[in-house]
Amino acid sequence: MSVVRRNGLGLLAWLAGIVFFLPIAWMALTSFHSESDAATNPPSFAASLTLDGYREFFGAGGGASPWPALINSTVASVASTLLVLVLALPAAYALSINRVRKWTDVLFFFLSTKMLPVVAGLLPIYLFAKNAGMLDNIWLLVILYTSMNLPIAVWMMQSFLAEIPVAVIEAARVDGARLPTVLTRVVAPIALPGIAATALICFIFSWNELLFARVLTGVVAETAPVFLTGFITSQGLFLAKVCAASLVISLPVLAAGFAAQDKLVQGLSLGAVK
Amino acid sequence: MTATTTAPVATTPVRTTRPPSARLRAWATRAPLLPALIFMIVVTQLPFVATLVISFFDWNALYPDARHFTGLDNYQEVLTDADLRHSVWTTVLLTVAVVLASLVLGLVLALLLDRKFRGRGVVRTLLIAPFLVVPVAAALLWKHVLYNPEYGLFNGLLHYVGGPQPDWISSTPLLAVEASLVWQWTPFMMLILLAGLQSRDHEQIEAARVDGASDWQIFVHLTLPHLRRYLELGALLGSIYIVQNFDAVFTITSGGLGTANLPYTVYQSFYQAHENGLASAAGVLVVIGSIIIATFALRVVSSLFREEVSRA
Repeated sequence: MSVVRRNGLGLLAWLAGIVFFLPIAWMALTSFHSESDAATNPPSFAASLTLDGYREFFGAGGGASPWPALINSTVASVASTLLVLVLALPAAYALSINRVRKWTDVLFFFLSTKMLPVVAGLLPIYLFAKNAGMLDNIWLLVILYTSMNLPIAVWMMQSFLAEIPVAVIEAARVDGARLPTVLTRVVAPIALPGIAATALICFIFSWNELLFARVLTGVVAETAPVFLTGFITSQGLFLAKVCAASLVISLPVLAAGFAAQDKLVQGLSLGAVK
Repeated sequence: MTATTTAPVATTPVRTTRPPSARLRAWATRAPLLPALIFMIVVTQLPFVATLVISFFDWNALYPDARHFTGLDNYQEVLTDADLRHSVWTTVLLTVAVVLASLVLGLVLALLLDRKFRGRGVVRTLLIAPFLVVPVAAALLWKHVLYNPEYGLFNGLLHYVGGPQPDWISSTPLLAVEASLVWQWTPFMMLILLAGLQSRDHEQIEAARVDGASDWQIFVHLTLPHLRRYLELGALLGSIYIVQNFDAVFTITSGGLGTANLPYTVYQSFYQAHENGLASAAGVLVVIGSIIIATFALRVVSSLFREEVSRA
């Protein structure tokens, strides 16, 4: 292939990358502008920078503080991810290393629950929560987010554990190692990167979730995405504040996503693509 | 919904007569699986059964005493109500448009990224970023920062070239929602297709090139057939996620201007109108639609899965 053409295609790729990233870059720039510079036409690219948008977002101007929502989101995402790991690790073990009969059927059962839309169970869950006094309770979200992510985690970890050669485990057994030793000394070190990637992906999905949180929480258990819905209707000059809010609330997801970049596709395709 | 596909993979051999110790061992093998399995059945399957039951009742939460069995009336109402029928149509339009557009764009980007060039890692990172913005935040970004007719970036850029200053969301509401979703989902498609491209048989491609095949011939006769299942997988997984989309519709248009899709309608009919029976019937319809897509999705996943298992 000619050098010109190869460089041209490289340039095109760069152009595409910049076009896709532009809205995020513009959001970041706007978040550092003053409200009056943020809302101009034509846009003020070179306006002076300020942290006012962030101060406003964190409640300096007398608005609601985002901290309770950020803490709720952290609790819901971290606790449900831990619960997912506790449930998914043994299940993945029984589906990969020491297999139950009909293990493929069990795997596909887990996958099929992922294809059941959230709205299918929303109303009974709402009615149950209302009667059980669980409305506006962050632990209800923890349980629901666990059910949302468990199939993904089982599939991913099943595929990671299945990659461990049986011979390695057999050898340890022959050497007289008991099951706990095999699990901690042989299986865990090989599976750890996969487990970490699974945890990051579960964290992202829980952090992003809106529908359950919107319907089932109110003042106390409000999560970060629900807090963001407060910006749906315009409130005068508030563009810098919206940008700061969107960026701060997306930061954990961006960080987790880039950390899990290599395994992202495997998780999103439920382990079908490696 | 239960698994519809069985991958014929060798399972552990089963003895026909099982002494008590073998049965005990079978349960010991099964034990680690049970907590996860029971959890999933209780949290996902039971509520759906409840939805199914409620869908046969005329039940408005504001008049709980008037609740009574109505058979299929709710379904008839959902399917004949003009607004609800419209939301079925909107769901189909939204899903098909977003999946197709992001699949085509994702393919182009994956092909561009599949070749070596300076800064490939950086470009990959830039392209993944839109997928890693919290969906509500992405929707807010499009609604206020890009689409706003007075100070949005789009009209700001148009201003420079002396273009028109349209009110994007009011004039093309559905397209506005779709564009924001295509922006978020193209990276997803790109990642799946890139994985597909990188699993190609490079010797075969070299051999074809030595035999004088052009780039275009290689693309049409080798790359596309190989990518077929990855395209199917991307389309089906994308459909499953986008059929359920709530965040973008809720944020950008609040279901107004004819953009209410089924998930939004279900949300609205029980959260605002308190029509429990109707909402459940609409929910069941979403599930039926998803099952149709999911049956195909499961088949594609299971064929990729079988290939992986036989390769191992």
